[in-house]
Amino acid sequence: MKITLNIWRQANAKAEGHLERYQLDGVSEDMSFLETLDMLNEQLTTEDKEPVAFDQDCREGICGMCGVVINGAPHGRYSSSVPTTTCQLHMRSFADGAEITVEPWRAGGFPLIKDLVVDRSAFDRIIQAGGFISVNTGSAPEAHSVPAPKLESDRAFDNAACIGCGACVAACPNGSAMLFTAAKITHLAMLPQGQPERYSRVKSMIAQHDAEGFGGCTNIGECASVCPKEIPLESIAQLNRDLMKSLFRREGK
Amino acid sequence: MTTTAPAKKAAVKTGDPALAFYRLGADISDSKAPDVDIEKMWKTRQFQAKLVNPSNRRKLTVIIVGTGLAGGAAAATLGEAGYNVLNFCYQDSPRRAHSIAAQGGINAAKNYRNDNDSTQRLFYDTVKGGDYRARETNVYRLAEVSANIIDQCVAQGVPFAREYGGLLDTRSFGGVQVQRTFYARGQTGQQLLIGAYQALERQIAAGTVTMYTRHEMVELIVADGKARGIVTRNMVTGAVESWFADAVVLATGGYSNLFYLSTNAMGCNVTAGWRAHRKGAYFGNPCYTQIHPTCIPVHGETQSKLTLMSESLRNDGRIWVPKKVEDCTKDPRQVPEADRDYYLERIYPAFGNLVPRDIASRQAKNMCDQGRGVGSAIAEKDFDGNPREVRRGVYLDFSDAIGRLGKKTIEARYGNLFDMYLQITGENPYEMPMRIYPAVHYAMGGLWVDYDLQSSITGLYVCGEANFSDHGANRLGASALMQGLADGYFVLPNTINDYLSAGPFPKVDATHPAAVEALDAVKGRIEKLLSIHGNRSVDSFHKELGAIMWEFCGMERTAEGLQIAIGRIRALREEFWTNVHVTGVNEDFNQALERAGRVADFLEFGELMCIDALHRRESCGGHFRAESQTEEGEALRHDDEFAYVAAWEYGGEDKPVLHKEPLVYKFIELKQRSYK
Repeated sequence: MKITLNIWRQANAKAEGHLERYQLDGVSEDMSFLETLDMLNEQLTTEDKEPVAFDQDCREGICGMCGVVINGAPHGRYSSSVPTTTCQLHMRSFADGAEITVEPWRAGGFPLIKDLVVDRSAFDRIIQAGGFISVNTGSAPEAHSVPAPKLESDRAFDNAACIGCGACVAACPNGSAMLFTAAKITHLAMLPQGQPERYSRVKSMIAQHDAEGFGGCTNIGECASVCPKEIPLESIAQLNRDLMKSLFRREGK
Repeated sequence: MTTTAPAKKAAVKTGDPALAFYRLGADISDSKAPDVDIEKMWKTRQFQAKLVNPSNRRKLTVIIVGTGLAGGAAAATLGEAGYNVLNFCYQDSPRRAHSIAAQGGINAAKNYRNDNDSTQRLFYDTVKGGDYRARETNVYRLAEVSANIIDQCVAQGVPFAREYGGLLDTRSFGGVQVQRTFYARGQTGQQLLIGAYQALERQIAAGTVTMYTRHEMVELIVADGKARGIVTRNMVTGAVESWFADAVVLATGGYSNLFYLSTNAMGCNVTAGWRAHRKGAYFGNPCYTQIHPTCIPVHGETQSKLTLMSESLRNDGRIWVPKKVEDCTKDPRQVPEADRDYYLERIYPAFGNLVPRDIASRQAKNMCDQGRGVGSAIAEKDFDGNPREVRRGVYLDFSDAIGRLGKKTIEARYGNLFDMYLQITGENPYEMPMRIYPAVHYAMGGLWVDYDLQSSITGLYVCGEANFSDHGANRLGASALMQGLADGYFVLPNTINDYLSAGPFPKVDATHPAAVEALDAVKGRIEKLLSIHGNRSVDSFHKELGAIMWEFCGMERTAEGLQIAIGRIRALREEFWTNVHVTGVNEDFNQALERAGRVADFLEFGELMCIDALHRRESCGGHFRAESQTEEGEALRHDDEFAYVAAWEYGGEDKPVLHKEPLVYKFIELKQRSYK
């Protein structure tokens, strides 16, 4: 396959960025999208040019480190027939001769570092604000002392499947991280162990979410449709219900 | 009870080619495990360990490198205890460590199934599974704390699979007859890691742990005989900085990426461990690597990593290759039944497709070496270094199972795996046989540690896959997660205090000669890498090293092949330092430079791995020496000569020094494993 790539190049947060055009020949349809970027970088290295910087690690769709906007959609969602991470997108999703535009996540909460790499540490700080259960090592009761209903437990899992990649933020016209935050709220709210801190958690996490410069949610739903792990939009409704309840309680920020 | 006396001089035979590559040092032993009955050992050690008063803990600083199950759990737990923890990772968030990719589950001796499980049985299964090359004392403790791990994770909100009654579900996993594996769909590693990550973030918020992401450890600082700090490179700005502490903990994972193609994440590397090794930490059993039989094959030269699929596929799939070479490029559905070679069923009629991992892997290699592999032809070099093209894949066929059980049943059992296969290969396994091939995925070897998890450098501790301690020559399924969390939550936090109780140690800062030397060495190495301006990319060296290792130190090893490998690695290393091309500058986000540093260390480590494999003239677990096999082609151990841990001391310009730690079996009898 022959492919034309238009890739966002930007030396650092302060520099001007632009789309740079590259031609690649000999791309195989079995290659992953990131292997195509590897191939480009080998070519650039041979030409003594600076390779394109992009984040990636596990390349099996679970670590959440990769993520670029491909032809306008996070992780190239609309080039693929199934929800996917960038690393699991393969070139057979594109036609021979295709022209592909590759850009970084663009959102107020994700400052750019270089080329396609952004700083997602805001997600960690949202978790620090309360996305946990306060239990020190050694103080846990016997695992079977608290049964957890299967249906709620399964729903907890569905939300705990979030990989923190940030596609939801990149897709949102408001730059909101509400789906990410809601996934953690719902994960912990569905388990008996998560109840004691349930309402302080939602209040504190939302306060941090807003402080990080993420926008509000206006129920557009683009976040859920690009999510590689299919976190449902209704988790945001769960978050809102819990947040409303929390306003009548004193705990939390 | 049987005790095997270590063979003192057995390895020093004339004519052993390995002798040209190493020197023999004094035997070593673990001095920390108390000499009491194994059931009382861990409690006794905990009681003996000196304590640190809670109010003094914040005056003690601990550096932890890595945020996977072992590192993340240790950082959170030591933070909770009140120590001042500095935690480092190369990823952009601690949540991304490669523990996250583990699929199957985590073992624990809970006996929830009432199926005769116990600490004793988990201990026995792990020692046997490790082909009797693990240290009994460490393994017993692992089994002992396994139940606490499940309690801890449930309390953190890890959504393990549950029954309708609200209690935890368990399943069976390879090599054992009890159902002791707890799981969270096919994403157990992810869920356990998120649990540890949340506990860690809670401590970061509490101010006990300071997190440094996108910081890669590139050197260890050993001052006045103790590990007192590390040097990191800030991967965003390029700043090379030193950090100081009273103790250093490495939880930096395994080294399978040495093979270039492995199931590890792209960033996994041996640098932290190798740098510590060069400063005096012994490396234990580097030749023990595990190869997984059911991975998706290589598609071509641009392949960057391999994806593992659960071994459970072998329960219903039948493995075959065409009998005739000319059928290998045909649509497999057009190959008539009579022309298919179901080779595992043919060679091992009793176990068939369910033979152990290593046997299934080796036979797949044999079939492809005979030219009967399927899928894309892959360019590689043969034994003599000549280029050749080989199809590296065998069929895993579900058509019989679908015919017998129906598509629905197969979908319920393997639906997610089939979807994953379809996404990666573009082929639908409901209609077309899958193609599989083995891949490296776990390193049993690692830095040598004692019962306290302290390395041979005072004040340097090693946890999780980065140490050598618990799996012997082969790791059982669902035991990696168990060991990472056991080390991080329960073992290290109860042993490191014994060392820290003597602190705070005299202040060491950037003016200490050891710190100056370490920092200068790092800067010199970076400068050198950037100044070569050669003709080959970093990746091309890594690929070539991987191909050498895979050919000669992969599934099957021979004395001749290993010697060839050592020669080729040395030549490649020399070429690397004169012909590598690293673009850009240090003071920038420079991924080529990051990779160059890792590959440089792999090029040194690979040689040690081959030497270890060459010196161990027996087969055990994941280490298969073609010269040492039973008539059925199974691994043949030589307990009289090799019942020891090989702990390697760095030799500098000279040859490495082998220290043997004799394995003393007091509680389990040594047996040859059999699958007949």
